[in-house]
Amino acid sequence: MAEQNEIAQMAHLMRRAGFGTGRDELERLAEQGYEETVEQLVDPPDDLPGADENLMFRYLPSLETGGPSAVPGAANWFYHMINTKRPLEEKMAFFWHHVFATGNSKVDNDNHLTAQVKMFREHGMGNYGELLLRVAQNPAMIYWLDNNENHKRAPNENWGRELLELFSLGVGNYTETDVFECARAFTGWTLGPKIPRVPNHRFFFQFEYRPEEHDFGEKTFLGRTGTFNGEDIIEIILEQPACSRFIARHLYNFFVADEAQVPAWDIEPPRDPEAIDLMAKALVENNYELKPLLRLIFNSDFFKQAMFQKVKSPIEVVVGALRLTGDLQGPGLQVVPVSQEPAYMGQSLHNPPSVEGWHTGPDWINSSAVVNRVNFVADQVSDVELPGVQGIVQRVAASNGKEMPAAALVDECVDLIGPMQVSEKTRQELISHAEEGGPLSWAGDDEYAASSVRVGEMLALLAATPEYQFG
Amino acid sequence: MTTADNDPVLVVVQLTGGNDYMNTVVPYANGHYRDARKGGLRIEEEDVFKLDDEFGLHPKLGPLKEIYDQGDLALIHGVGYPNSPRSHFRSMDIWHTCEPDKVGTEGWAGRAIRDLDPTAENPVTGVNIGNGLPRALVVSGVPVASVADLATYGLLTSVEQEQQRAKMLKRFVNMYGSAIGSGPVNDYLGRTGLDALKGADILKGGLGKYSSGVEYGTDQISKNLRDIAMIHTADLGTRLFYTQHLGFDTHANQEPTFDRLWTELSRGIADFWDDLRAHEADQNVVMFIFTEFGRRVRDNGSGSDHGAGGGCLVIGPRVKGGMHGEFPSIAPGDLEQGDLVPNLDFRGVYSTVLEDYLGLDPVPIVDGTFEKPDFIEKVGAA
Repeated sequence: MAEQNEIAQMAHLMRRAGFGTGRDELERLAEQGYEETVEQLVDPPDDLPGADENLMFRYLPSLETGGPSAVPGAANWFYHMINTKRPLEEKMAFFWHHVFATGNSKVDNDNHLTAQVKMFREHGMGNYGELLLRVAQNPAMIYWLDNNENHKRAPNENWGRELLELFSLGVGNYTETDVFECARAFTGWTLGPKIPRVPNHRFFFQFEYRPEEHDFGEKTFLGRTGTFNGEDIIEIILEQPACSRFIARHLYNFFVADEAQVPAWDIEPPRDPEAIDLMAKALVENNYELKPLLRLIFNSDFFKQAMFQKVKSPIEVVVGALRLTGDLQGPGLQVVPVSQEPAYMGQSLHNPPSVEGWHTGPDWINSSAVVNRVNFVADQVSDVELPGVQGIVQRVAASNGKEMPAAALVDECVDLIGPMQVSEKTRQELISHAEEGGPLSWAGDDEYAASSVRVGEMLALLAATPEYQFG
Repeated sequence: MTTADNDPVLVVVQLTGGNDYMNTVVPYANGHYRDARKGGLRIEEEDVFKLDDEFGLHPKLGPLKEIYDQGDLALIHGVGYPNSPRSHFRSMDIWHTCEPDKVGTEGWAGRAIRDLDPTAENPVTGVNIGNGLPRALVVSGVPVASVADLATYGLLTSVEQEQQRAKMLKRFVNMYGSAIGSGPVNDYLGRTGLDALKGADILKGGLGKYSSGVEYGTDQISKNLRDIAMIHTADLGTRLFYTQHLGFDTHANQEPTFDRLWTELSRGIADFWDDLRAHEADQNVVMFIFTEFGRRVRDNGSGSDHGAGGGCLVIGPRVKGGMHGEFPSIAPGDLEQGDLVPNLDFRGVYSTVLEDYLGLDPVPIVDGTFEKPDFIEKVGAA
């Protein structure tokens, strides 16, 4: 039997490197061992499948069509997040969606957002330099940042600027001249001819390199001079110390603890400079391979000590609750409406607010988001029909004899919904609430049913605590 | 009526998807209009509600024609901004943040709420009726209640027993209250949680007072407008309401969709004002209706594609009724990429509402000084 602190550590790992999971799975993983589980997340074996896409399309064929609406594509991805057995692969795809933030708002061709996410899923734990090149040639990205308007005689700087500012180096690590020269190097990286579209139909974009549009002239970029093209630019970017630090800081903010927002990174020092140094060094030493860095993060003390140092994103709130309760497993129609819940809390998949991605941490919290966050999770965990909640009820019932004191109910629920950490004041409130209902009994069927409802109610109250907003 | 009743109240109605302004306020006599809309979207002269010998309202806008005739409806032509991106999301974002050149993070309506209630004393100074929070209302530290359904609005609504829920909410207050004082993130979270609950309580408390002889439609926008009337007449101190009417992205099969959308909306609006009048609560209200862009001038055979210049509708006793601004030229040579060229910056339209109606300094809210069309009776002038 795994120790309590091992379960807590495993729950932390699975919340961050995945979307959380139920107690049975946590115990199995804790038995298997922490480092072994990290390895399995970072390098998932073939017998752990991703979500079954064919099954999804069989039941929900409409999820294949995108075009102007991001709803089917968001539901499609949401299904993957709920059902995958390779959670870090999915979480990394989500991470890159956040960094290389592309929105169907403008792309207006959502199949290409789905294709981009699929590319992140397949290559998101590979090599960052190679990923950057794939992104530079990704049709949705080219359209999103106007590189199809980047011509030899009329360079468009949009992609060139964001590549440096948001995708690799960060503000303060390049000049305006570098932006312009960078844009020139990517001229001719464009989209192949598209058939003019008719209403509500979208034709496939494809990447095309057009030499006649490319500026073959000499460029001076970050202190180097040559007849650079896009691939050369990416190589030069990877040589900059700022690049490995920038990616390290993004990963730290996403996986470890809330950082200041990206635009402030040239002003605000990192929360944990030593961790950033370590991570950046690991990237450079491994030639920007991401798996060694992910192993380093999840096995590090700074990660293990950062429990509940992040405000959960809406996706983490919603998918986390579903994976805990076991609701919406498999391809049901409800996937589509429920996939919109994170949007009501401020996070629409396939539609980040801008190329800067979402603002995270406390920025997730506003009074309308609090109502939606609390209510969604409370609805889920108080539904004693759901398999995960039934499992919790059984464990609570088994933990105690016929009479259960209020404090025991609270402590069991705090443990089984997380394990969470609650302040002493919160714990006292929960105990006072439980005391008002009197002791629980599991003696007969009626008592069991009544006590189940009490457990569901306590879980709902826990979902409403300030502490639950952190993950 | 209390003094608070006389504070000006703004109701913003967002037509999401791009309303075809040219088929809303129809230049029926214009030959270029008739040419451009020969694919099936043309509204004929005999079908419009004529406003003058050039323009008429779409045949489904009958209830609005009555308001127009009372002098309470201002139609503002040619509203937009340079280099319209023709993307819904980006366009809406520009309208929401007043930042056409870069991506803004604060919403104009949220800033207005902050200026109306600088100490965030009342968590329902701003109320959104709908799911989520439109970016127009998002400003850090400004509480806005976002209500999907007023009848079921609140925290922990899955707890069916009212008494039990009340007990749990008492715990909620204690827990969020004690989070305050344990670091900046917890301070913020604690206050926001308390605001959310206080807002829900205030709204719920107000519900019981409402009764109305007006029977609203069963469609969503009518329901939303009724919720707004309910909150407004309960006198809870709400100064800015926001809601959306969805579905204006009419690329295909525009006619029946557009007919339905405007039938619902014009009836809902007429019911809303009837309701307010019956409660003697209409004098301090202005309704501002906008959309992210107009449609292409030429139709595509069954619908219309994304365009540029659109228009706004403003309704209320304080409004100077009639047509304002200049309808952009429809002559093919005057179009830009097939679109009307807007001649009035939307930030100027906001500025009129903010300054002449709400009495706020518009410059920091819309981030600049813009030409203000004159469609509101200024305070004291009426």
